[in-house]
Amino acid sequence: MTASLLARDITLGYTGDPIISGLSLEVPDNSFTIIIGPNACGKSTLLRGFARLLKPTTGAVLLDGAELRSLKPKEAARKLGLLPQSSIAPDGITVADLVGRGRFPHQNAMRTWSREDERAVAEALDATGTTELSRRLVDELSGGQRQRVWVAMALAQQTGHLLLDEPTTFLDIAHQIDLMELFAELHQGGTTLVAVLHDLNHAARYATHLVAMRDGAIVAQGDPREIITAELVEAVYDLPCSVITDPISGTPLVLPLGGRRAAVR
Amino acid sequence: MSVDNLSRASRRELPPVDFGRRHFRIETRRIAAQIPARSVVISLILLAVILFGGLYSMTIGAYEVSFGEVMNALVNPAADPDIRQVVFEWRLPRVLFAVLCGAALAMSGGIFQSLTRNPLGSPDIIGFGIGAQFGVTLLMLVFNLNTYAFKAVGALAGGLFTALLVYVLANKNTMSSFRLIIVGIGVSAGLGSLTSWILITVSVEKAMMAATWGAGSIASLGFDQLVPAAIVFVLVAVVALPLNRTLPVLEMGDDAATALGINPARTRLSAMIIGVALVALVTAAAGPISFIALAAPQIAQRLIRSNTPMGTIPVMLTGAALVVVSDAAAQLLEVPVGVVTVSVGGLYLAWLLARQYSRRS
Repeated sequence: MTASLLARDITLGYTGDPIISGLSLEVPDNSFTIIIGPNACGKSTLLRGFARLLKPTTGAVLLDGAELRSLKPKEAARKLGLLPQSSIAPDGITVADLVGRGRFPHQNAMRTWSREDERAVAEALDATGTTELSRRLVDELSGGQRQRVWVAMALAQQTGHLLLDEPTTFLDIAHQIDLMELFAELHQGGTTLVAVLHDLNHAARYATHLVAMRDGAIVAQGDPREIITAELVEAVYDLPCSVITDPISGTPLVLPLGGRRAAVR
Repeated sequence: MSVDNLSRASRRELPPVDFGRRHFRIETRRIAAQIPARSVVISLILLAVILFGGLYSMTIGAYEVSFGEVMNALVNPAADPDIRQVVFEWRLPRVLFAVLCGAALAMSGGIFQSLTRNPLGSPDIIGFGIGAQFGVTLLMLVFNLNTYAFKAVGALAGGLFTALLVYVLANKNTMSSFRLIIVGIGVSAGLGSLTSWILITVSVEKAMMAATWGAGSIASLGFDQLVPAAIVFVLVAVVALPLNRTLPVLEMGDDAATALGINPARTRLSAMIIGVALVALVTAAAGPISFIALAAPQIAQRLIRSNTPMGTIPVMLTGAALVVVSDAAAQLLEVPVGVVTVSVGGLYLAWLLARQYSRRS
């Protein structure tokens, strides 16, 4: 059985040489797939390819057997959501209104706001714990709250697949964990998640399917418990390290070997 | 699927979403909408302002007509023919033009302010109005084409050419609204001086005619100009309706908009063409009526407490009310309406710039 979201032989790039060429990846259904790799390895580019933000020069992204680019934009948007790395909250917009904009692909000129829209927004607010914030202005929220609201907007879109582009980058550690827990909850609820993440240990802890990339190619993929080894981390990041078992989650925990000099002193 | 995920929540009865305002809801099998109660009330008030302002301005002029006589002349075909002539043939088209110009300019302003995410991003500032003015001046004076159709073509071509020029000069992989505004100011200065150069090279009579038009006047317009302008306006406004839903989504950035099923490049292009067309249809008829496009969307946004300058009925009614009131003032002061909007709008622009500057520092 093939996965419902997959990239087949895609080549992606901006101007000049492609960043990714001839890459194929199947996103297992109902997985929490996390893509990791060093800066400029092409992980964000790959996600942009999946998200229709970048058109593959060769190959195709397939969703439920159909080529993603052959779908009408709104139809694709009802199946595949994205939490972009940076979005702009319009001045003076409230949380409820911002989340409501996630309903756009479900609306048309005759049906601009229906009971289903209202229910989807209420559920998205509830799932992200932002119901209490609904009347607040997005500008006034803390970074962590604001990111939850953007997640709520993506959830209101009610897609089976949700792409997350470095969702925790600008948050402090407590808010990062908070958000990762939220994603794990959404994943358990049945949404297939694909995230690009910088933090290897967060990826190891939360991913059900880990994809390690370097120089535009996939180096390894699979269950993080099986594939994360000191050799893999060194091969991907050029980082000498030791891998132990995380005493809390039982997943691999990567400990970089740098810093030993400080310990000796 | 996420639907299952969310059904967990829906089994519990969730409270209705608190938007922090009251709405009127309509929901049948075909149509479903939620309209903020405040928008409805504000729109009704604006409508009243337009009606009373329009009726009042029809009483002003060299030929004294009372309020009651205006009403009578409008509804009763058997009224005094002199009064009916003055009110119906001369003054009514002017008021209707004020409504049309205001609505078109306001909508154009809403489109460009939403596109640029900046209250300064109106066609007055980014040069499309000047471009349209240049196009009309060129056709009118150099090629001696002086009918509404030719002026409309000139305005549209001039406006689109300027839009294209600004777009190409300001486009650097991504579109920065600040760069767009700065380039627009530069381009409009250039086109403004070209317009002046045309004015000083033609005969005095022609230059006078162009100057009267160039001050922005709706006083001498009749039904023969109103009808084509109104038809064009209705067509463009209908084409513009989908933008009311897509532009606010585009305000969240190209990535978010794409993820929600919008094609940013195509939406931006069609919005620019429609926005320029709205300015052009007004410019062709009445000359440049400045600052309505700048001020109306912002005023409407504050009145209805909306989160986007883009809008349809409240924004258009705000623009119409502004021009109708400015026109009444222009009648009292015996100046072209463009002079009133420039004077009031200039103060508003100064205030806006001062506020943006103080916020940034």
